[in-house]
Amino acid sequence: MASSIRVRATSNGDITEVQTLIQHPMDTGLVKDSKGEPIPAHFIQELKFECNGKDVFVANWGTAVSKDPYVKFSFKGAKKGDELKISWTDNKGASDTTTAKIA
Amino acid sequence: MTATTGLDPTRRLILQGAASVALLGLGNLPFGVAPARAAANDRYPEEAFKQKNEADAIKALYGKTAEPSDKVKLDAPEIAENGGVVPISVTTSLEKVTSISFFVAENPNALAASYKIPDGTIPAVANRLKMAKTTRLTAIVEADGKLYSATKEVKVTVGGCGG
Repeated sequence: MASSIRVRATSNGDITEVQTLIQHPMDTGLVKDSKGEPIPAHFIQELKFECNGKDVFVANWGTAVSKDPYVKFSFKGAKKGDELKISWTDNKGASDTTTAKIA
Repeated sequence: MTATTGLDPTRRLILQGAASVALLGLGNLPFGVAPARAAANDRYPEEAFKQKNEADAIKALYGKTAEPSDKVKLDAPEIAENGGVVPISVTTSLEKVTSISFFVAENPNALAASYKIPDGTIPAVANRLKMAKTTRLTAIVEADGKLYSATKEVKVTVGGCGG
């Protein structure tokens, strides 16, 4: 299965800019389906970025983050070709991990 | 879902217990203390995400209040046509930033997202949030142990809770 995580990490001198798009429903638990049954909450709680053995960015999310979440940040200390590891876990215990080379 | 939330409080107690034991036992060794505290801070702030209003959520997350600062630049649209996807970003010229959080006052739960900014990461985040209706949006930047905030009013024409 294709990864749920799409990431683009580009190096610009000392600064690496990371843009990430994740496929996830991010259900709030407040919406009802067509039969009037509530759709249970289902959302990513933690998203972590690691580079060279160090956390460079950690997101804690609630249900107010939009469906198919997008996040952008930048960090220092990495260079072209370094590997960035991205992983998330949601409130149902599901998770996904991917790695991306910094371009 | 119920099983995991049922287990969490116990896990938290155990972690807290472990952290305080570590603090007591290694009180004189700064090297032993730092990792224990860092581990305790790394947990998902479940209580803060459960709070309904903004003030309670800020208190649950940080345990203190923020002061408005013009060094926190919050960028959000004046009018959001679709409350389900509102692009929001924050940047700051503050130094020693350790975290950035977003609060949407009129949402069922005010805390939307909280980001940890380790050393070496630029204190700037862009993301997309849901907004139930026209609301005050607050960004809080934690820098050098203090909290600084910026707020903005966002008009929502179609709420983000209708699915």
